[in-house]
Amino acid sequence: MPDRVTLFINGKPISVPVGSIVAAAVARSYPSCFHHSVHQESRSPLCGMGACFECCVTINGSPHRRSCLTLCEEGMEVLTGA
Amino acid sequence: MPDQRLNFDVLVVGAGPAGIAAACIAAENRRTVAVVDNSPWLGGQIWRGIQTKTRGGTARHWLDRLQNSDVQIFSSATIFASPSANQLLAETPDGVLEFKWKKLVLATGARELFLPFPGWTLPGVMGPGGLHAMAKSGWPVAEKKVVIAGSGPLLLAVADGLKKEGARVSLVAEQANWSEVMRFGLSLLRHPRKLIQGVGIKSRIIGVPYHFGCWPVRANGSSQVESVTLTDGSRSWTVDCDYLACGFHLVPNLELPRLLGCAVSNGYVSVNEFQLTSVPDVFCAGEPTGIGGVDCALIEGQVAGWVAVEAPDYARKLFGLRADWHRFRASLHQAFALRPELRRLATPNTYVCRCEDVRLEDLSNCKSWRDTKLNTRCGMGSCQGRICGAAAEFLFGWKNDSVRPPLFPVRASSLAGKTDALPEITAEPNISSPT
Amino acid sequence: MNPTFDIIIVGAGIVGAACAAECARAGLKVLVLDRGPVAGGTTGAGMGHIVVMDDSEAQFALTRYSRRLWHELRPDLPASAEYDQCGTLWVAADEQEMAEVRRKEKYYNQRGVRAEVLDARAVAAAEPYLRRNLAGGLRVVDDGVIYPPCAARYLIESAIAWKAQLRTGADVRALLREGGVVMADGSRFSAGIVVNAAGPWSPALIPGLPVRKRKGHLVITDRYPGQIHHQIIELGYLKSAHSVGTDSVAFNVQCRKTGQILIGSSRQYNEEGTEINHEILERMLQRAFEYMPGLAKLTVTRCWTGHRAATPDKLPLIGPVPDNEKIWLATGHEGLGITTSLATGKLLTDLLLERPTEISAEPYAPARLLQTNESAPEPCLTA
Repeated sequence: MPDRVTLFINGKPISVPVGSIVAAAVARSYPSCFHHSVHQESRSPLCGMGACFECCVTINGSPHRRSCLTLCEEGMEVLTGA
Repeated sequence: MPDQRLNFDVLVVGAGPAGIAAACIAAENRRTVAVVDNSPWLGGQIWRGIQTKTRGGTARHWLDRLQNSDVQIFSSATIFASPSANQLLAETPDGVLEFKWKKLVLATGARELFLPFPGWTLPGVMGPGGLHAMAKSGWPVAEKKVVIAGSGPLLLAVADGLKKEGARVSLVAEQANWSEVMRFGLSLLRHPRKLIQGVGIKSRIIGVPYHFGCWPVRANGSSQVESVTLTDGSRSWTVDCDYLACGFHLVPNLELPRLLGCAVSNGYVSVNEFQLTSVPDVFCAGEPTGIGGVDCALIEGQVAGWVAVEAPDYARKLFGLRADWHRFRASLHQAFALRPELRRLATPNTYVCRCEDVRLEDLSNCKSWRDTKLNTRCGMGSCQGRICGAAAEFLFGWKNDSVRPPLFPVRASSLAGKTDALPEITAEPNISSPT
Repeated sequence: MNPTFDIIIVGAGIVGAACAAECARAGLKVLVLDRGPVAGGTTGAGMGHIVVMDDSEAQFALTRYSRRLWHELRPDLPASAEYDQCGTLWVAADEQEMAEVRRKEKYYNQRGVRAEVLDARAVAAAEPYLRRNLAGGLRVVDDGVIYPPCAARYLIESAIAWKAQLRTGADVRALLREGGVVMADGSRFSAGIVVNAAGPWSPALIPGLPVRKRKGHLVITDRYPGQIHHQIIELGYLKSAHSVGTDSVAFNVQCRKTGQILIGSSRQYNEEGTEINHEILERMLQRAFEYMPGLAKLTVTRCWTGHRAATPDKLPLIGPVPDNEKIWLATGHEGLGITTSLATGKLLTDLLLERPTEISAEPYAPARLLQTNESAPEPCLTA
């Protein structure tokens, strides 16, 4: 049973421990900007528990996914900065 | 047509301590039981990460009990609507589940209260509980300088937890005054276990300054937070940080109780001595009935469980203990009451609604939450007013009582009562990638 | 002692606001009253289309006139009103509907409203996310969409700039026979004329008024910019809007400037409550997926409901109540309140000042539906 998972954040491979959330993987690669606000400011998670939606990224083609509630899976493709 | 139609004697919403306790009692008394939670984990917020702990302790005891029972667990399932009586719809990553229940236990917990102040939208400003929870799931905190600010006993617990994860916690800034918190501390003498917990925490974080009567006025930084400016009302000072963990205690998650028509009073779900709400066969336990912490939630969850299996005498045995925790709950509420200065932190330029970038000055003509939604887009974004609504209630006294489905943003297909099944007419163009 | 006004308008929705702006601009002393905030009723719930529709000559005339007024107002509208001249694309599912498209094209163009027929390929090019195998459509290029609460507020502010007064949170209890209103707190305002612009709540002030509540549901998605370019309506919308009996749904989407997609529409009578009715919501969404399958995967952020004010002949009531020159109506606009608000304001003001109207106001005259006999609806009048 592998204890690490590799996923792709904006095309770049990131290896994280199994059980990590996508938000953690993003923070380990692009700490500041998960997405942009209406006025184009960089935003990053606030609540860490699925209420604020500031952690939203695109996962495997689906936008507006809460990365703080999503576990990393092998080969996942994550896009940030939308 | 949902993917699965599931019937249970007892449905529990929320896999935190209250929900787990209620579910265990019900399952141990031969009811069919399901627990539904919108996260991938068990334990809610306070027991985040218990599944990886192997040591004993209360959390482990309850988790083992749950896993040894016949409770069916539905994780990553978000309840979003109740189209008819005794029916709840939940969205999962793959589709929609329809739950029918005879007894319902709402254990939806609480979330942190965020108040706007200049710089609060900078990356790296997070809730203390949120940062701690995410750290347990891999968010990098080792060697990071963290300032913890806001209010509530959670701040100390988070300081302790983050230190264990290798963070450098430089200080904890509690807005309540020393005298209020001291009085609360003394009241812990009546709750020995809490006191021991408190003393234990304190000893581990000796060396972390714990300041009372001070609060943040500004988070500074360009692309992310670099420092925080704090004040005690007379002097101000600035502390460097990589993260600012700032939250002002907790607000209950009332959306599902409200959707089901449960009466709410003074901001919490009204329940009787049996944890029954105003809606028949619907119970509520834990934080939505009053912010009382994990021990209170466990007792209330058990009471709900016993009554749900029609064994109220067992529930009554817990009333004495519950009364103790309700006294604790009341002193908690009083000790950490929020000071009025916190209403004046935001400047006209400060965002109040983060989802739609609505500034304080944009709200100047608004007199109510309804006004706000007509004049601006405040509260109309993805968080559905969870963050800004709670802030607006504290800042302006605006109450937001109306709740409509979906309780969380969901796929249109889920709201239409089906999976992404396509009509037979044609193949579909790919609409899901942005721009 | 409350001052006398020339006109009191009950209802600060977009119709009341348009009437207020025109009356105030014409020099009349205007008071606008609403028990809630500006645009807190139907206006705040609606889709905001500015569309020319042809259920009847009278409807066509009113929508065409009013749309032109929106075009003229456009330069003055604030950015928050989000006026977007995206055009309407009426879509035809089959050959039968294409025949209707061709009829409409002639009808519109003969009356000076630009409209072009699109074949199946052209529709697919115009809106790539529509399902393939549609028969074609009609593009009405000068139609548009707007964000109703901000448009209504702009009109109210124009009225105020012309010295009109506004009181929100002002609950009108009854209309006075001698001209004026009685408030819920017992106070009174006197006026030469009172205009009932209370939309679906108009009958509360004039029992028996033939205006019924017609409930609608709307759904808005998260941001998906660039996916929809026109306001898109299925031809079946007309059948739905103009049906008198049962509940119905019809595909209608709009793209907001934010990139959020607004999905409608539904119609129900006898549903007074504002709660979501899941059955019709599901039908509405499933209808939408039939035309635009990709909508199914989009994230929905909110759903809400509103009530339209519907009359038996699908035309609004604009003008004086028969036998009582002190009580006027500007209500019953069903799903065309946003579109026809400006024309309503102009017609009402012209009629009040006995000026010639730009289009005939006859078809909208309340007298056509209100008889002057024993069974006539009586305003709640008190001495």
